[in-house]
Amino acid sequence: MGLKTLFDKAAPLFKEGGKLSKLYPLYEGALTFAYQLGDTTKPTTKTHVRDSADFKRIIIMVFLAALPVLFWGLWNVGNNSIGANSDAAVSISNHWQLWLAQLLGADLQHGMIYSKLVIGLCYFLPIYIVSFIVGAFWEILFCVLKKKPVNEGFFVTSLFFAMIVPPTLPLYQAALGITFGVLIAKELFGGTGMNFMNPALAGRAFLFFAYPKNISGDVVWVATNNDAFSGATPLSQWAAGLGDNQLVNSATGDSLSWMDCFLGNMPGAIGEGSTLLICVGMVVLLMMRVISWRIICGILLGATAVSLLFNVYGSSQHMAASSIMMMPFYWHFVLGGFAFGTVFMATDPVTSSFTKKGKWAYGILIGCMVVLIRVVNPAYPEGMMLAILFANMCAPIIDYVVKELNVKRRIARGK
Amino acid sequence: MAAEEVLTSKEVFTRPFFKMNPIMLQVLGVCSSLAVTSSMQTALIMAISVSLVTACSSFLISCIRNWIPGAVRIIVQMTIIASLVIVVDQLLKAFSYDLSKQLSVYVGLIITNCIVMGRAEAFAMKYSPKLSFIDGLANGFGYGMVLLVVGTIREILGSGTWFGLTILPTVNNGGWYVPCGLLVMPPSAFFIIGLLIWALRAKFPDQDEPEEFKIQED
Repeated sequence: MGLKTLFDKAAPLFKEGGKLSKLYPLYEGALTFAYQLGDTTKPTTKTHVRDSADFKRIIIMVFLAALPVLFWGLWNVGNNSIGANSDAAVSISNHWQLWLAQLLGADLQHGMIYSKLVIGLCYFLPIYIVSFIVGAFWEILFCVLKKKPVNEGFFVTSLFFAMIVPPTLPLYQAALGITFGVLIAKELFGGTGMNFMNPALAGRAFLFFAYPKNISGDVVWVATNNDAFSGATPLSQWAAGLGDNQLVNSATGDSLSWMDCFLGNMPGAIGEGSTLLICVGMVVLLMMRVISWRIICGILLGATAVSLLFNVYGSSQHMAASSIMMMPFYWHFVLGGFAFGTVFMATDPVTSSFTKKGKWAYGILIGCMVVLIRVVNPAYPEGMMLAILFANMCAPIIDYVVKELNVKRRIARGK
Repeated sequence: MAAEEVLTSKEVFTRPFFKMNPIMLQVLGVCSSLAVTSSMQTALIMAISVSLVTACSSFLISCIRNWIPGAVRIIVQMTIIASLVIVVDQLLKAFSYDLSKQLSVYVGLIITNCIVMGRAEAFAMKYSPKLSFIDGLANGFGYGMVLLVVGTIREILGSGTWFGLTILPTVNNGGWYVPCGLLVMPPSAFFIIGLLIWALRAKFPDQDEPEEFKIQED
């Protein structure tokens, strides 16, 4: 008996009047996962669909575009872990993930590609599985309660969430973070398509303020555990006063050039590693018209302008400018979460501005804010998350202003 | 000014807890409830102070309500409220100086707490002194109830203690609990009060505001 027959047989149970009709969203979700439904998202439903590209297709495309970044991130976690590992026994006693990796045949000190990928997976998968299950639980709970179909949005939310947190994040914190993101930022405002903030980022922001020690700083990015070990990211090294040609990969001890950072050979969250692969994803998504080039250009423009401004300001002063103020704009692009946030987070069609001019303003706002936070706020070396969340909140106002200006312009033309 | 509707004192007393909660339905006094709820001690003192001030000010204002000229009534009300707040502030300074330092400006700011003004304006100007006193006291209790609930959540999960007693031993003190730093910060009270309002309106759907506009279906 094929799977489809099974689904067909079970259908009357879940249809209206059936015994389990309350669980229909669950059934529909499972069916969609296995098969293409007869009907796709209607353009008139609440979710953000503006053309024949179905909601499910958009989600799948984003998912696929993020995969290369993910695989690089896995390798990178393993690479840093091996590079920083001086005593495998100590590390294993402190990190069960490394124990698991060794069990699966990874060499913790001299391993090559296989070992690195396994170590990366042992860190990434538990976080991903936890955030997927917890996220799906809330999503399905609310779908059942509100009698609406399960949306695939949470696939992307949980994947992105797992990609932007440090690999050493405790699992219960991952569960709390995704709960906050899905529950407070999304479901309370009406679910998929109605959220005013990116749920994955909102979840990370919750952790950022609730458990700052586990989500930022120098010790969370590299999967090893030597007490004396500091895994400062290049961005925080720069904030601490180093500059071009002085950065080192704190895990492996190699020095870091701009090209290294562009390729992604540095400690950090899984998703923020390789700017190159993120660009590949960007090109794919741009060609599919899934994300908006206006937002991306706006961010690049805003970040460039503000960092140039800081450079000029810094060099015109007689006092010594801080080294992060003198950081050239092309370094801003490759460090921290800038690239990943620009391509995968800021372009979220639901939480960004809808109007074309609004998208420019929204992008420029993010670009300005991210450099501003990085340079001016000494407490946060990284500003991408806060910048995007800030712009998410401004997006409706931006659209309103654009709309009103347009109305005024047209009224004036009629006179 | 005669009473517009007949209210029993029991009704007046029970109303502000769930049916007309000052924080959760009237959305008054939110500012101070963000500021003082990170520990139970301050929350409790604040709850008592606000209850006393609201009760006494409502009583006094109601006593003279027929002699207050409409045009200057806010000023008269403020004079009474401010005097009472100063009394409370001085009492706190005299008998528990440390606490009054912890509460810092927030005791003085009871003057601007919208609940006090709100009850004076909405209730005490219309009803008898006895009912006004009960109404003021009950509104203070309704406010205090929310403060204590929020304070309990924030202090236990944010610092692992309750009234200073260790409930969850924190990692810093050699225990196992990693405190949630967000709950120590005032904005967390926004989330908690929001969730409380959600729970309350799930129980009493008539508290929902009417929708401003309907989202169009097909």
